[in-house]
Amino acid sequence: MSKIHVTTKINGDPVEYLCEPDETLLDVLRDKLGMTGSKEGCGTGDCGACSVTVNGRLVCSCLVLGAEAEGTEIGTIEGMAQGEALHPLQQKFIEHAALQCGICTPGILVAAKSLLENNPDPTEEETRYWLAGNLCRCTGYDKIIRAVLDAAADMREAS
Amino acid sequence: MRYLAPTTLEDAVHMLAEDPGDCRVLAGGTDLLVRLRSGHAEPDSILDIKRINALREITGEEGGWRIGAAVSGAEMREHEGLCADWPGVVEAASLIGSTQIQGRCTIAGNLCNASPAADSVPAMVAAGAVARIAGPNGTRDVAVEDVPQGPGKTCLEKDEFVASIFLPARPEKSGDAYLRFIPRTEMDIAVVGCAVSLTLSDDGTCTAARVSLGAVAPTVILVPEAAAALEGTKVDDGALEALANACTKAANPIADKRGTVEFRTHVAGVLARRAANIALTRAGG
Amino acid sequence: MALDSKTSNEAIQFKVVGTRPLRPDGIDKVTGRARFGADISAPGMLTGLVLRSPHAHAKIKSIDVSAAEAMEGVHAVVTRRDFPSLEPGSGTGDVLDNCMAGEKVLYDGHAVAAVAASSTHIARKALRAIKVEYERLDHVTDVDEAIKPGAPVLHPGRANESVPEGSSPNIMARYEFGHGDIEAGLAQADRVLERSYKTEATHQGYIEPHACLAQMGPDGQADLWCCTQGHYMVRNTCAEILGLAQGQLRVTASEIGGGFGGKTTVFLEPVALMLAKKSARPVKMVMSRSEVLRATGPTASSSVDVRIGMTKEGIITGAFAELRYQGGAYPGSPVDMGSMSAFAPYDLEHVKTVGWDIVTNRPKQAAYRAPGAPMAAFAVESAIDELAKGFGLDPLEVRLKNAAREGTRASYGPTYPAIGLEATLRKAKDHPHWSAPLGPNQGRGVACGFWFNFGGDTCVSLNVTPDGTVTVSEGNPDIGGSRASMSMMAAEELGIPYEKVRTIVADTGSLGQNEVTDGSRVTFAVGLATIKAARAAKAEMCKRAAMVWGIDAEAVEWKDGAAHPAGPNAGTHPPMTLAEIAAIASNTGGPIAGHCEANPEGAGVSFATHMVDTEVDPETGAVKILRYTVFQDAGKAVHPAYVEGQFQGGATQGIGWALNEEYIYGEDGILQNAGFLDYRIPVASDLPMIDTVILEIPNPGHPYGVRGVGETSIVPPLAAIANAVSEAAGVRMTDLPMSPPKVLKSIQNS
Repeated sequence: MSKIHVTTKINGDPVEYLCEPDETLLDVLRDKLGMTGSKEGCGTGDCGACSVTVNGRLVCSCLVLGAEAEGTEIGTIEGMAQGEALHPLQQKFIEHAALQCGICTPGILVAAKSLLENNPDPTEEETRYWLAGNLCRCTGYDKIIRAVLDAAADMREAS
Repeated sequence: MRYLAPTTLEDAVHMLAEDPGDCRVLAGGTDLLVRLRSGHAEPDSILDIKRINALREITGEEGGWRIGAAVSGAEMREHEGLCADWPGVVEAASLIGSTQIQGRCTIAGNLCNASPAADSVPAMVAAGAVARIAGPNGTRDVAVEDVPQGPGKTCLEKDEFVASIFLPARPEKSGDAYLRFIPRTEMDIAVVGCAVSLTLSDDGTCTAARVSLGAVAPTVILVPEAAAALEGTKVDDGALEALANACTKAANPIADKRGTVEFRTHVAGVLARRAANIALTRAGG
Repeated sequence: MALDSKTSNEAIQFKVVGTRPLRPDGIDKVTGRARFGADISAPGMLTGLVLRSPHAHAKIKSIDVSAAEAMEGVHAVVTRRDFPSLEPGSGTGDVLDNCMAGEKVLYDGHAVAAVAASSTHIARKALRAIKVEYERLDHVTDVDEAIKPGAPVLHPGRANESVPEGSSPNIMARYEFGHGDIEAGLAQADRVLERSYKTEATHQGYIEPHACLAQMGPDGQADLWCCTQGHYMVRNTCAEILGLAQGQLRVTASEIGGGFGGKTTVFLEPVALMLAKKSARPVKMVMSRSEVLRATGPTASSSVDVRIGMTKEGIITGAFAELRYQGGAYPGSPVDMGSMSAFAPYDLEHVKTVGWDIVTNRPKQAAYRAPGAPMAAFAVESAIDELAKGFGLDPLEVRLKNAAREGTRASYGPTYPAIGLEATLRKAKDHPHWSAPLGPNQGRGVACGFWFNFGGDTCVSLNVTPDGTVTVSEGNPDIGGSRASMSMMAAEELGIPYEKVRTIVADTGSLGQNEVTDGSRVTFAVGLATIKAARAAKAEMCKRAAMVWGIDAEAVEWKDGAAHPAGPNAGTHPPMTLAEIAAIASNTGGPIAGHCEANPEGAGVSFATHMVDTEVDPETGAVKILRYTVFQDAGKAVHPAYVEGQFQGGATQGIGWALNEEYIYGEDGILQNAGFLDYRIPVASDLPMIDTVILEIPNPGHPYGVRGVGETSIVPPLAAIANAVSEAAGVRMTDLPMSPPKVLKSIQNS
């Protein structure tokens, strides 16, 4: 198998890597680049724990080939906080106790950020459907939904 | 394994024809990558068509819309003209997987995966959509209902691939709708799917209809008897009853982990009635 | 959210306990920095993968690993032959056999061999190069089929002495609980209801697959990192399986991505250690989702017969249940706990339960949140509901009439101290949810639930640093905020701010034995040990202050984070704060610490009442959850937000179990839905908000009144939802899951 050289941008930083043709973006992030914030819960696009954005579009990184990232801009959980300043969603997740074990949290935060970029004032139902591809087994989603709606309200006020 | 990423349709056709081994076309990848991962597919090459600009566009054509094979579900939903003309097709495409899957999945891929439960396919069939197939001998147009030949099987010849889907011009006073049944509210494969597209005359009589069912046969099926139940009627309760009966009769499903034969057969009729009502409202009836 | 505070808790003016501070691991977990099982790596590590049985039941005639061993990049291949032999039929023997099959494979997905290779690619190829010759045997996966005459037998002759002669050879044990004369009790009833109920196996469904990283030196020293609910259990089990000294194996728990009981045993860890030993390289193993579903423990499926007698006034005169649980391919289904908990909420004169532990060709069950109780409660609470409604009685009132109280002799033996069932029922009755109107095709259901709580071996070490901050080391993985709770209890006891305390989960080299994070025990038992460790540190600090002041230690008391002179002869000295005492510790006798090693008594049981509204689509059988309220006794809610989270999470898992989750086996005994696509756990759009009402009836056995709360919340939902769906659909549902085809069929047949 011949490796592919990929030049991309991750969280604003230029990144280069070599990957196998059938290697997923998730494997590249976790195993090659040491960015283990994106999690593998299923490997089939059913749990959302590996959510990232590619050119601003929310996707499961387990269903993207590493080779496809050439020339794109990738956003991961590691790029969500600006230095020490947490993103409002991150802050609200802690305040609302919207995580228990925390394994689904990175994927849900990336997905929720994408939601608020598309729709700054989502209803509870819109939020629930947008996040339907992010499984959480601990919380029953209640506090997650509250945290997202609260963060949205704060962000609207701040803007 | 090789990863090929042509930037023109001609190059793609050429590479596919030249590739000596098993070469799979990658559009959204939401089915192919799952197969790779599980070991169900072990191709020698993957041909990524997403860098072909022409396949990433939705363009107006003869009053209808041509949707490139690399256009994602999310991009379809963001296209106002397409949503206005074919809301049922866009809704059906939007039901494929999660928000994350929507960012990648394509209706061409959904068609080529040839699952009888594919959400967008009944809606395309009801809409009278046509697949444009590219290959070494040029392109050919095939009605969407003729593409799937069985679970996982299509009419595509070796070295052919679907380049775009054409949705025809929408007649006046017409509407389409797609409904599926799933056990949860999201993230499931359709247990039954039903799409209805119909056109009304000025007095509200149904002049043309197409009805399609998913997950009740080895392929998505067009049900002419169901369309006949609507045509010439005001889509009243009696017509809807006849529609439901025709769909139940046409259903020939299997029992599996997602549903029983009895359930699928019964629900095919229920969904047909509900989908027809939505299509009727959309047609201004 | 209501918060009732009652009785003796009022004696304590809590400052920290009962508040909602931010969790210490919060920032790590929202930024992706937290390291879970699969996030750990070591230089030069290999990838380990497992070869699994494609058959439900087969003899292993031979395994040829030579081709795999010869492959470039393959560093080790292991089969059962590599492991020392353990006594067959012993608990650990079964664990080993489950991790690596011996003479037979007993279920689809059973491990038969494993490889360690320099890349995942090579490891996959190596697995394909292993040749296993099987002789297929007949299989059985259904609990009732397994005990019919002529059913395939898994373990001939393994039944224990409790099983009567002539029973099915797939019955491993029989349990019996109760008191009184059941037939005499039933004879007093106006109606005796007899019903049978079935539930399917469900998986804990944690989002993080099992993962570990092992290394072992030629000197016998080994290190293991893994995601587990109990790294001390991992150490002890692996040491026994591999023949290592426990002290030579250090296990460090990673952050854990959910467990719910499913990570209270080992699957990969002994295999990873053996691969590391053979290859002399670190070996990392991570399960795929399909491996998790095929080969790790779901809970039992069940078949339960109930006979309950009730008077027309709603008094239960006698109650009997016979429970059959299959726990997969090895003995140990939670039918014992199901039998104990079935009638635990009620004050009954005549009560009896009989439980049968049955084996089938399915993966070895593992604990799942209140193991065994939800299925039993489903049967009992459905029957009580049907009886109450049959008499035209209010189902909450009927439960109140029969509710267990302080002094009630529980059906499983003990006499209850102060308990909170009645309080949850009264609160439920007064709640606006109970009187809210319902629309067409809608129904409301209620049910009660009970779960035990226990202590278990526990060690806590609390250290005061020279600058007056405090560190707490405990030995239980933090599965949902327990580090925050421990810090809160330490801060409460020491009288210092929460922010001054940091709690860590220590590795097995740092503390004595700790029971796994199970039985809802951590906030109770580790909390108790933390309080005791803090009290020991306080006593030491009082001693140091006394030394400085030149008075007796007995004349010093600890108040508001400082030592104060107390009593007539103590003199007048300005108080010395914890930080002041810490600063001079070196000169007053050295570092200050407190520790506690205990197996605490005094755990208090927890009861809950759940209320749920559902809507049924009569044309498709689809069920929608419209509204859900949990009423549960927490004793004392240390961190109310995390208590609510436990209530909500348990209720949601129960919703999944009731409606759509199930293990689906084909005729061939192969699991049909080994993925999150068709193993359908609830998604966000399936659910409403889950309302919670925390009641606080203090546990007399804990200084703050704490009860374990994590598990009770999964006990009532199955029955509560079944009662609601039965009302909405107009037909009694007795089989779980209530998937749409099943509900529709019931409607059509009624």
